[in-house]
Amino acid sequence: MWFEPRPLPSAALRVLAPIAAVIAALALCAALIAWTGTSVAQAYVLLFQGSLGSRFALAETLTRATPLMLTGLAAAVAFRAKLWNIGAEGQLYAGALIAVMLGGGMVDLPVWALLPAALIGGALAGSALLIGPTVLKTGFGVDEVVTTLLLNFVTLLFVSMMLEGALKDPMGMGWPQSAPVLPEAELPRLIERSRLHAGLIIALLAAVALWIMNTRTTWGYEIKAVGANQAAAAFAGIPVNWVMLKVAILSGGLAGLAGASEIAGTRGYLTLDLSPGFGYSGIVVAMLAQLHPLGVVVASIFVAAIFVGADAMSRTVAVPNYIAEVLVAVSLLCVLVSAFLVRFRVRRTAARTS
Amino acid sequence: MVSTPAVEPEVVLRLTGITKRFGALTANDAISLDLRRGRVMALLGENGAGKTTLMNILFGHYVADAGHIEAFGQPLPPGSPKAALAAGICMVHQHFTLADNLSVLDNVILGTEPLWRFWTDRGRARRKLVSLAERFGLVVDPDASVGALSVGERQRVEILKALYRDARILILDEPTAVLTPQESERLFATLKLLTAEGLAIVFISHKMNEVMAASDNVGVLRGGRLVAVRRTAETNRGELAELMIGRTLKAPTVEPMAAGEPVLTLAGVTVKAGGGNGQGMLDAVDLKIRRHQIIGIAGVSGNGQSALADLVSGLIVPDAGLLEVLGNGIARTGPGAMVRCGVARIPEDRHATGLVGDMTVWENLIAERYRLPEFSRFGFLKRGAARQRAEGVIKDYDVRCPGPDAVSRLLSGGNMQKLILGRTLSYGPGLILANQPTRGLDVGAVAYVHERLLAARAGGAGILLISEDLDEILALSDQIAVIHRGRLSPPQPRSAVTIRQLGLAMAGHWTELSEVA
Repeated sequence: MWFEPRPLPSAALRVLAPIAAVIAALALCAALIAWTGTSVAQAYVLLFQGSLGSRFALAETLTRATPLMLTGLAAAVAFRAKLWNIGAEGQLYAGALIAVMLGGGMVDLPVWALLPAALIGGALAGSALLIGPTVLKTGFGVDEVVTTLLLNFVTLLFVSMMLEGALKDPMGMGWPQSAPVLPEAELPRLIERSRLHAGLIIALLAAVALWIMNTRTTWGYEIKAVGANQAAAAFAGIPVNWVMLKVAILSGGLAGLAGASEIAGTRGYLTLDLSPGFGYSGIVVAMLAQLHPLGVVVASIFVAAIFVGADAMSRTVAVPNYIAEVLVAVSLLCVLVSAFLVRFRVRRTAARTS
Repeated sequence: MVSTPAVEPEVVLRLTGITKRFGALTANDAISLDLRRGRVMALLGENGAGKTTLMNILFGHYVADAGHIEAFGQPLPPGSPKAALAAGICMVHQHFTLADNLSVLDNVILGTEPLWRFWTDRGRARRKLVSLAERFGLVVDPDASVGALSVGERQRVEILKALYRDARILILDEPTAVLTPQESERLFATLKLLTAEGLAIVFISHKMNEVMAASDNVGVLRGGRLVAVRRTAETNRGELAELMIGRTLKAPTVEPMAAGEPVLTLAGVTVKAGGGNGQGMLDAVDLKIRRHQIIGIAGVSGNGQSALADLVSGLIVPDAGLLEVLGNGIARTGPGAMVRCGVARIPEDRHATGLVGDMTVWENLIAERYRLPEFSRFGFLKRGAARQRAEGVIKDYDVRCPGPDAVSRLLSGGNMQKLILGRTLSYGPGLILANQPTRGLDVGAVAYVHERLLAARAGGAGILLISEDLDEILALSDQIAVIHRGRLSPPQPRSAVTIRQLGLAMAGHWTELSEVA
């Protein structure tokens, strides 16, 4: 067997490959489901119904997809410039912390300004958290994978300290949680009696804006050039360090916005279990989407649907909801393999002699 | 080993009707070729003529669409590098395939030992390696770490690797591309020893003088077809060059021109180590380039050429001294500032710093000017204008590519260089930095680059030509200066210097050069 590079992969191939990969992942995981003694068809039908099959399920999936979309975009924009931001989780919590402080009325603001202040403040907090590692990277060559990853734990501990101290809700019966934000600082609901909130609109707008930035603007051009060949970009006169900083502000800001939108949209108050790893799942979402902003939208809904659907499925049949993690992981592997097969074609050794 | 012409040694490798297509492109078109024992067959051809494809088919990396291969009378199964190795066919790639962190011995035995055994017979391996090295004059310390070896030594390790695997047919892909002239001489001596032992060698090259020096036969490829096979003794450089490019080439003629006002002035410029890519430095360099003037900088690589180029590119600033470009005293320089002043920069390495391989032709063409009103407005790119410009450059500079949206990585070296020329020269620059402008290019592309540089000179540009190719320096320059350990000799008129003087000056004997002054 031999891999031969394809000169130019067609557009159809590039779109169909990830779909085929997801189907392959579902097929592979069918074996695990069958192992539990459950009917595979029944399990997948339940998974589908539980995630997309009803108004309520769909709303729940989109609610779950909203923070994933934002952290996915955060990873996608940074990875495009080869700025390996693994710190979206910490940036998310930093954003949530500032959002809960501003939205809770800690600073004297007019009522109409509470929500914008919470969202923008949260985004800026996320940006600020990524600027440090980026300056260390461009100025001193410090590996940002290590610094951003470790900052996650620092941030989480800091948030924990705040929740046990300055921000602790006096009415919280001793639980480490903050006081809720004021009603004026909440994002409006999109559907009655569901948790779906306007954060989804913000995330979708962010995805479209990033797509336009990537394809149409000088910023997107700079980011692509710096990511693809930093030396050539510098030689041509592209200000590499400044581009990195812009990317850091964008990426950290999106992750911070994810935290702020969770506070203002779903929770209203801050606890240490605000995020079940949205920051890390964002990396998976970005990779599934091959770093394409609109792909991130699809990938985040897909990942959210798997998690929400698996929860519903596990309540009916004897398949533990851990299957969601397996499905997402196998999907990522399949998408990576399919991306490879888009670039290379497989040739059999013994084929085509004449 | 001198064989009488009447008795040709037996054929060890026979290619019959090899055809390989990639989409619409026929990379190899019914190529038939015989290789005989103890002979060096040179394969000559421009970039993209099909040399590498042919060798990849021979070595089993690609499967031919038609045709078959016989090695030592046995058919070679297609598409199997393993079968090729078993038949004694070994390939030394242009870009070495060595593990830098392992020793020479480990690199050589890597892949020859079964993986599931916990020991290796290193004593025997070492004895075999040392005896091979002695027999063929391939002196390398078996315990040296490959990372610490020079390029020439690494190539010797690659050849030893092949010999250790009992190679009987050795394929060398552009073996001299990375070697100094002295190292190339040594390589050719080794090839003589190898053929004397009965090895057959395929030598891929596009450098005429090496083909003449090292081969017994030469096959010329052009556009995927084998257009001629000649005995090296019965042909000459002129004939081969014509066969290779399919037309006659004339040497560049440098018309004498009166030099105009200065476009680049360096006065006592010093760059301390650590600037740019850290290679070399400059020590109180004085230089003046005027309009209509080409100043050639000769020197052994690593003597400060990179620092000089980085300085004029705007990548580094002088630690001391004065730098003046086109009448502007430059205090806070940068690549962008240089471009806006009217400096055209042709970098040393097309792949590493010249182009972004994963971006398209049009994207690369606007890299130096994307923020100017010509190509963007309010932060939005004018994609139409950029594409239109790309189409213009593709036409004016004869860039062979499918169009403005082609990915630059897929272009051949010559076309990449044309792209860079089009990016910079079409704006009528006053000063051109040409750093190794023809390295790795084939004859046709070299002539094209020279023609363009001379046209720019006639158009009023001053050119700083940095090259390790003395022939190029002598052919183009009005004045020649030699750089050695960061110091630059006073430029001398081309008519006043000889190759011998330049060679001595490059080795640091400056008095040779100043005597003519």
